[in-house]
Amino acid sequence: MCGIAGVINRASKTVNVGEQMKLMLQGIKHRGPDSTGYAMYGKPIKEGFILRFKISENTAEQSKAKAEDPEILKDRKKQIDKIMKDHGAKVTKQSSSTPYAFRYEFTYKSENLEELAKAIESVEKAEILSIGKGLELIKDLGDATTVSDQYGLSKFMGTHGIGHTRMATESDVDIKSAHPYWAFPYQDVAVVHNGQLTNYWGNRRILERSGYRFNSNCDSEIIAVYIADKMANGIDLEKAMHDSLDELDGVFTYIVSTKDKLGMAKDHMAAKPMVIYEGDDIVACASEEVAIRNIFPHEITTYDPFEAEVKVWQG
Amino acid sequence: MAGLEKKKTAFDDENLSGRSQKLFFDITEEENFTYYGNHDVDFNKRIEIDCENLNGNQLNQKIRDAIRNGYGTVAIKNPGAKHALGVGILNKLNLIFEGSLGYFGVGCIDGPTVRINGRVGWSCAENMMSGKVVVENNAGSCFGAALRGGDLIVKGNAGARTGIDMKGGTILIGGNAGAYTGFMMQRGRIIVCGDVSANMGDSMYDGIIFVGGDPKSLGTDCVEGEMNEHEVRWLEQKFKNAEIQPKVPASKFKKYVAGRMLWNYDNLEPAEKKGILG
Repeated sequence: MCGIAGVINRASKTVNVGEQMKLMLQGIKHRGPDSTGYAMYGKPIKEGFILRFKISENTAEQSKAKAEDPEILKDRKKQIDKIMKDHGAKVTKQSSSTPYAFRYEFTYKSENLEELAKAIESVEKAEILSIGKGLELIKDLGDATTVSDQYGLSKFMGTHGIGHTRMATESDVDIKSAHPYWAFPYQDVAVVHNGQLTNYWGNRRILERSGYRFNSNCDSEIIAVYIADKMANGIDLEKAMHDSLDELDGVFTYIVSTKDKLGMAKDHMAAKPMVIYEGDDIVACASEEVAIRNIFPHEITTYDPFEAEVKVWQG
Repeated sequence: MAGLEKKKTAFDDENLSGRSQKLFFDITEEENFTYYGNHDVDFNKRIEIDCENLNGNQLNQKIRDAIRNGYGTVAIKNPGAKHALGVGILNKLNLIFEGSLGYFGVGCIDGPTVRINGRVGWSCAENMMSGKVVVENNAGSCFGAALRGGDLIVKGNAGARTGIDMKGGTILIGGNAGAYTGFMMQRGRIIVCGDVSANMGDSMYDGIIFVGGDPKSLGTDCVEGEMNEHEVRWLEQKFKNAEIQPKVPASKFKKYVAGRMLWNYDNLEPAEKKGILG
């Protein structure tokens, strides 16, 4: 089933978006108890980039992943540190909330991060969750509150964010199959999805032949890669989303975020839900109104977008 | 109920075939109106219930308790778009929601008059048997799915698959309706004052869809019919009762019905089947 949600505070107003997202996602916990993911946008750093990556999986009870020797994890991290150094990326700040997930701030010689990203992911089980100037992508097993507490997200100050509560259907319960997905290798672009894509494997083969990498077998990952491919060809976000309605087959509603925008698209069948609230200061959308109501205790006017509808809001 | 005579309904001239409601529903049969848990209520006796700390089950139980205690008017504060509120009410009742409902609101009801001062999520009034539901704002998808009777009214827009599989009653939409409105409907009437998205009336078996605006496209076996004077008057009365003023007068509404080609689908040659499905 899965639940998706997004919020954007207009005029780039910085608020506690971590708490907003946590409340919204906890409100639709029943749609997906397996994992929760956040893609949130803080105040862009002036110099360099923020990197979120993982080098192993959460081995909680519901996961099929096996626990690894801590020394192996240390070795993987060392390899990544060396690769970054060799590529001229200078790490200025680093932190971690778990033995397998890390947050780095680093400076780099170029705005093109593809080569560096590919080198980092050449390390066994290393996966970049996000790179950007404001984007921070965090995902792990458990509900919204569990993940928020684990990564200290309830004090995250920012402008906008998207999130996902996952009910695993076509792939395993693990972090790599959890949403959101970063639009590798584009800075600050992330996607969450509710639905099924029926032409996933065909499209995946086409995109793989173009050089794109896939880290999971989750059909939702292709939306992020698809959007990235369109943007690489100079197509703007809204047009790419419109194109996706005809080129991606299946039933789906997805939310995409960039450094200053939030967008949603709903398929031709309108088979997956979405509710939108557009206020003067804030826009919120979610699979169910009950999620939005968690950040608006008073009565609000909401609506469902129609089929094949695309909406993009500027922050 | 004994002693009541069958009255001619507004649509008695409608040509019905097959196993319709009329063949097995007799209003003089008292047992049709007697249900377990049906109570006499006083509409002047009012109670307010705050839903803020209640879930769907708890609220529905409180509504039933109120009915059992003779309350005829129940107002629900802070429904908070929670799911499955007001479900399974089989009694005459004035039920007022001071806010929005989530999924499956007021489903499987028989008899109450419901006013929702907000929006409703997916599958509002699913399987409603009788009564009246008025939604002041917008409605999500599958509005009035499998509706069997009563009046279901939304002042704003309704989502995709409105009236899917409906078997009776009337759905009135003040604004626009989404794709596949009237999908597989078998009886009853849908009135859309605005436009309708693609594939309207797809695979409809019977029933009527009245549209004030334009349908984007018609689904399989949905065809335009001819409005008669009788139906115009009926539409005008429905608009008056619902306090809805469509942009075009009732006489300008278009009528869509089943082409009934699917009725004999199994008897057709493959080439004919292909022709129907387009």
